Amino acid sequence: MQKLSRQFWFAPLLILAGLWLLWLFVPLMLGVKPVMLWTDRLIVLLLAAVVLLVAYIRRKAPLREAWLQVFRQRRAMIALVVLCAFIVIGLLDSIHYRKPLPRSSGDAVQYSVEVLSVLDAVLERLRAREEKTYSAPFATHLYAKETVTLPDGRQVRIYPRLTHAGRHLADPQKDKAADIMRTSLQGVAGGVLLGLSLLLLLTRWLAWRKRQAFLSCWREIWRGASEIPWRSIFLTILIVIVSISTAWALSGKYHVFGTDKVGQDVLYLSLKSIRTGLVIGTLTTLVMLPFAIALGIMAGYFRGWVDDIIQYLYTTLSSIPGVLLIAAAILSIQVYIANHPSLFETATDRADLRLLALCVILGITSWTGLCRLLRGETLKLREMDYIQAATALGVRHFTILGRHVMPNVLHIVLIMVVLDFSGLVLAEAVLSYVGVGVDPSTISWGNMINGARLELAREPVVWWSLIAAFCLMFTLVLAANLFADAVRDAFDPRLREQA
Amino acid sequence: MEDNKDILLSVRDLRVHFGSVTAPVRAVDGVSFDIRRGETFALLGESGCGKSMTALSLLQLIPTPAGRIAGGEVLFDGQDLMALSEIQMRHIRGKRISMIFQEPMTSLNPVMTVGAQIAEVLIQHVGLSGKAVSERCVELLDAVGIPAPAKRINDYPHQLSGGMKQRVMIALALAGEPELLIADEPTTALDVTIQAQVLDLLAGIQEDTGMAIMLITHDLGIVAGTVDHVAIMYAGQIVEQAARKEFFSNTLHPYAKKLFAAVPGGHKRGRKLETIKGSVPPLNTKFHGCRFAERCDEVWPRCYEQQPRWLELQTDDDSHGVRCHRYDARIEAPHTVAPQPKTRLTEAQISREQKGEPLLQIRDLKVHFPIRKGLFKRVVGHVYAVDGVDMEIPRGRTLALVGESGCGKTTVGKGLLQLIRPTAGSVSYRGQELTRLKGEALRRLRSQLQIIFQDPFSSMNPRMMVSSILEEGMRAQQIGESAAERQRHIASLLEHVGLPASAARRYPHEFSGGQRQRICVARALAVKPELIVCDEPTSALDVSVQAQTLNLLKDLQNELQLSYLFITHNLSVVDYLAHDVAVMYLGRIVEKGPVETIMQTPRHPYTEALLSAVPTLDETSEREVIRLQGELPSPINPPTGCHFHPRCPRAMEECRRHYPAVTRWETGEEVRCHLYM
Amino acid sequence: MFAYIVRRILYAIPILVGVNLLTFTLFFVVNSPDDMARMHLGMKRVTPEAISKWKQNRGYDKPLLYNSEAEGAARVMDTIFFTKSVSLFAFRFGSADDGRDIGHDIQQRMWPSLAIAIPVFIVGILVNITFALLLAFFRATYIDIWGVILCVILMSISALFYIIGGQFLIGKLLHLVPISGYDTGINSFKFLVLPVVIGIIGGIGAGTRWYRTIFLEEINKDYVRTARAKGLSELRVLFRHVLKNAMIPILTGAVVVIPLLFMGSLLTESFFGIPGLGSYTIEAIQSQDFAIVRAMVFLGSVMYIFGLILTDISYTLVDPRIRLS
Repeated sequence: MQKLSRQFWFAPLLILAGLWLLWLFVPLMLGVKPVMLWTDRLIVLLLAAVVLLVAYIRRKAPLREAWLQVFRQRRAMIALVVLCAFIVIGLLDSIHYRKPLPRSSGDAVQYSVEVLSVLDAVLERLRAREEKTYSAPFATHLYAKETVTLPDGRQVRIYPRLTHAGRHLADPQKDKAADIMRTSLQGVAGGVLLGLSLLLLLTRWLAWRKRQAFLSCWREIWRGASEIPWRSIFLTILIVIVSISTAWALSGKYHVFGTDKVGQDVLYLSLKSIRTGLVIGTLTTLVMLPFAIALGIMAGYFRGWVDDIIQYLYTTLSSIPGVLLIAAAILSIQVYIANHPSLFETATDRADLRLLALCVILGITSWTGLCRLLRGETLKLREMDYIQAATALGVRHFTILGRHVMPNVLHIVLIMVVLDFSGLVLAEAVLSYVGVGVDPSTISWGNMINGARLELAREPVVWWSLIAAFCLMFTLVLAANLFADAVRDAFDPRLREQA
Repeated sequence: MEDNKDILLSVRDLRVHFGSVTAPVRAVDGVSFDIRRGETFALLGESGCGKSMTALSLLQLIPTPAGRIAGGEVLFDGQDLMALSEIQMRHIRGKRISMIFQEPMTSLNPVMTVGAQIAEVLIQHVGLSGKAVSERCVELLDAVGIPAPAKRINDYPHQLSGGMKQRVMIALALAGEPELLIADEPTTALDVTIQAQVLDLLAGIQEDTGMAIMLITHDLGIVAGTVDHVAIMYAGQIVEQAARKEFFSNTLHPYAKKLFAAVPGGHKRGRKLETIKGSVPPLNTKFHGCRFAERCDEVWPRCYEQQPRWLELQTDDDSHGVRCHRYDARIEAPHTVAPQPKTRLTEAQISREQKGEPLLQIRDLKVHFPIRKGLFKRVVGHVYAVDGVDMEIPRGRTLALVGESGCGKTTVGKGLLQLIRPTAGSVSYRGQELTRLKGEALRRLRSQLQIIFQDPFSSMNPRMMVSSILEEGMRAQQIGESAAERQRHIASLLEHVGLPASAARRYPHEFSGGQRQRICVARALAVKPELIVCDEPTSALDVSVQAQTLNLLKDLQNELQLSYLFITHNLSVVDYLAHDVAVMYLGRIVEKGPVETIMQTPRHPYTEALLSAVPTLDETSEREVIRLQGELPSPINPPTGCHFHPRCPRAMEECRRHYPAVTRWETGEEVRCHLYM
Repeated sequence: MFAYIVRRILYAIPILVGVNLLTFTLFFVVNSPDDMARMHLGMKRVTPEAISKWKQNRGYDKPLLYNSEAEGAARVMDTIFFTKSVSLFAFRFGSADDGRDIGHDIQQRMWPSLAIAIPVFIVGILVNITFALLLAFFRATYIDIWGVILCVILMSISALFYIIGGQFLIGKLLHLVPISGYDTGINSFKFLVLPVVIGIIGGIGAGTRWYRTIFLEEINKDYVRTARAKGLSELRVLFRHVLKNAMIPILTGAVVVIPLLFMGSLLTESFFGIPGLGSYTIEAIQSQDFAIVRAMVFLGSVMYIFGLILTDISYTLVDPRIRLS
């Protein structure tokens, strides 16, 4: 046991097992039915893989050194904080459950077919407040005229007041600006307070780790003297928390980003889209990675007919234009889903399967690049003296692959994974536009843009869905790109991205 | 400094720093020297001592923004180069000072013709245009000894061999008719015979043009042959400087003395080589005492406390400078001199006579690589890398396999280990035919035959700890019952090769080149082999470290009765270490026999030429020098008859027709040459 | 050289067969033609007669691989696989769901596609090289650092936003050019300007950054040091030596996409209403016209392989070190 506990994977696995139990038991205690969608399961798997990887890296000095190099870069750390904020939202949105229906006496508990997530619970105030149709950000009136019957029985066409925004204002024209100002100030104040206390805790922890006095640690950080740019990290955390808290405070009284055609809050939609984006960006990689790595290094190491077959496979796949292959596959799956409605319990299940299918297909079209790179690198590696030495020592082929080749190509895998991420998030939007993206019922940036695009011709323009989707997507992709750059610089600055 | 007009270049207190401003790497740390018109000045030093950086900083070619010139003065013909703007510098570079580099393979632009690259200088600096440019190009190529120069100007660099490329580089450097030529390790990447050609060429040009040459090198032999003045660099500083004669007859600095002692050679056979302990200190340390103190055998307590100053000792004809407390009149020698370490020149007890049964026998080994061409990848030819090699290696002895690069010697090594499967022939180890072994049987036998590689940086997986590297073979061969036993074995291996036990928990990149090579030796020893193929194990190492490695190999042989196949191009190492020598030329062995006979009375003209091309430290021995023409032909299309005849100074009609058969002598030599048939 | 090209073309055949098998599997095996018919006709109220009529109209009523009712060669020839997949090799694409001949449509629609793709491609490369050279010249200064960050920012914007933003700004606010549409001949110019400009701007981020990496890699090589030691000016070093070497990876990277240019750009064409092959594809996908999708998949693969061959040939043209054999 003691020996086991010293293995690097032991502690992380323990933590994961604990989390898993929590996942299952907490909903039960709250009386809801936990639901694990297919993508949720894969996310847990991915999480486990990441935790194990971190534990592995912490034990390997050269790897730790390279990562420290990433952590020392200011730009990368700011990007990482932003990414983390997105990831937290995405994870909250990946814990799903179904609420029990109010039961009539004696019956077994029935559960609603609506699958909710923890994020939905948190954002209940946004989710539930639907208007009739479009309304601009911070508007108090609907965007379209409606025929309203006045109390005296007359019918007039006016812009009616919104049901859930600005109700508390007696005279919206006069009071709105001041109210918004006041509310945001409250939000900012709350955010600063919350942020600062979090930072104090963080500093406490850092001081404890470095066996330093709290004050000197605090001072060192704010003077910018720490090795890892904690000052920038702290400032970013503060900004993120303040903006979340301001948005939170405002969203209680207004639709910060307006509402869409069916009156849903756009802020809610754009936050829900985060999970879709992250799932596509990460699970795609998770799905394709085993194939790309295994085939790539086998082709490079064994050469001969193994190489011929693998090369044939990836040349064939990469010769088909990506969008068309995806379109062909998604169309087939659409037909399949349409013809087998009985397989899916809820609409969410169906949408989830389509999301997963999209990930798999994107994976199939995108593994070829990585595979080619790995093959090339392995070809170089197999001529390295240390691999020749291992052969001369009588080490078996697959041991050589696992012990010598794999660890020495992992940096390429890592770089490609982080570089691919942003491309995949962007691809989702394009594919949804083409009509072969996620299910139309799945909330995603692509679907938001697609819906909003048609309204651009309207006078005056309905611009907010578009801008909201743009802002969030841009922030995520930019953060991912900046982080990827830092990772590449640290691990292999010479690795050129593909054209 | 009696005649200032005579001085072409004067460098004073030059400093070059790399990296951060707060803790810079001081690559060059206060270097001063003078070069006179028309003389050859050698800057000698081991790798990483800052000699190349000194040269680059003269032309302000330090890679920016990583490096910067932190101070000092460079007076060229009375003009301060440091004060010149970038635009003014362009009139110096290539025009008045030119430079040639170590790697001719990468130093020429691969997509421009040779002529165009030379023409650039002519247009820029000489002001030629039109037809005059190409005419002058041809002249220059002719001057550096390139055959058919009018055709060659339209060639691309890849169409030329390494030696030819270096000649083109020289032509390029000469195009501006410079007053000073800086040659940065111009022959290090070349074979001995080519090295001799290039050095001759440089000397000849100097005689014709009267330009000064600053020769940067790590090779004491080259210095001994050709230069007027020598300066030795160590850890960013010049530690001794003198005229060549004075330097060789009256070496002062302990480091320089040690360097001489570490050079292997026949006269040191049977003894241990002198070594310098430890390695060069990292240049970002702040030195308080002498930089060599840690490694010096003659160290005084004072050396750790005070930096030695530069001393000018007047001798008969010229000054002799040194940086060492021992020669400082102001510093008193300590009363209790540190005990001189026991002389390491103990006789090693090698029983040279005993010649046991051959451990490994190679018969008619052939390794051909097919060349495929055409529509269906038909085999249209072969690279005859190894083309019929016979040899045997007895137990406990060393066979040296010598030859120029590209002659197939490494392929022989890998072929006998079955790392490359031979095309034909037999390799029998203790009577067992290796070429027919496969799979598990071969894997089992691999523990008996091990290999050590040339490049200590690529021979270990950078992601594995030393203990895992050493354990790998043991696990594969199931040596050692338990993990604990293997760990004990690892500890004893490390001790054996002279590394601390703590090395096991570290990664390869934390070690210096020499230490890495020791780990590689330990890795090979871990599986208890009988024979080790040493593929140029010391050619990537500095002289002082090379000696450590050679000593280690010799000790291990005595202790464990190991056999070595020692593959090398360095004949002085052969002379020192080997019992038998086989000389290889273009895939075949042309001469073999006991080391004494071959080194003293070589019979094959190629062996003769090879030996005479080696620069020697001993100035007095006036040997007849045989200069080989041309270079090693392609193994795709070996010359008819004797492969060597196109370059052979004694070729006869017969040589063009038949490949000579073996002639044997009673002394055990075997030669393939028509001269003895 | 000739033998090499012939061999490459022979190598292409198994790849195209693979592509064909894959699409055949996707379209006819995973879902039977019946499924497709049901999908097209609406799930609920379909009669078997409607399905068989739908199949008959499109020639999907034959057996998949082997026709046991036919005689002789027709046993293999008179199947879906043969008529729908193998015939692609002869560039017989069949007809679309609305009865139009696909081959004819492709011939018509490739010209507008090319009219956009070629200027975007050529001007794009020139612009990117210019910016990349600029960054390389000012390497490790603030110009370079901020230039790279700007590139990353540009890369992080979705192509959709470039198009929507461009249409909105230029077309709707400034009324400089029409938002969408197409005309033939010289009149097409005003319709083409905006998509071309947007296409170029959209590619600047990734392109410039990529070329900059190539330039910097070359700048650190030994021959550049030699060139400097000759006393050449920095500009001359950059243009005569670095650019010449960097053109090898740049050109060969660009050549592979040349044949694909004529497949058009999906987004640009559909947003700007340009009747090219890109919008053709998108319309086919959206109306689930499998015949067109299949044709475009095959055509795309052919073009890709053609691009690979062109790449190899272009290597020999720009790099004196490589001779095909």
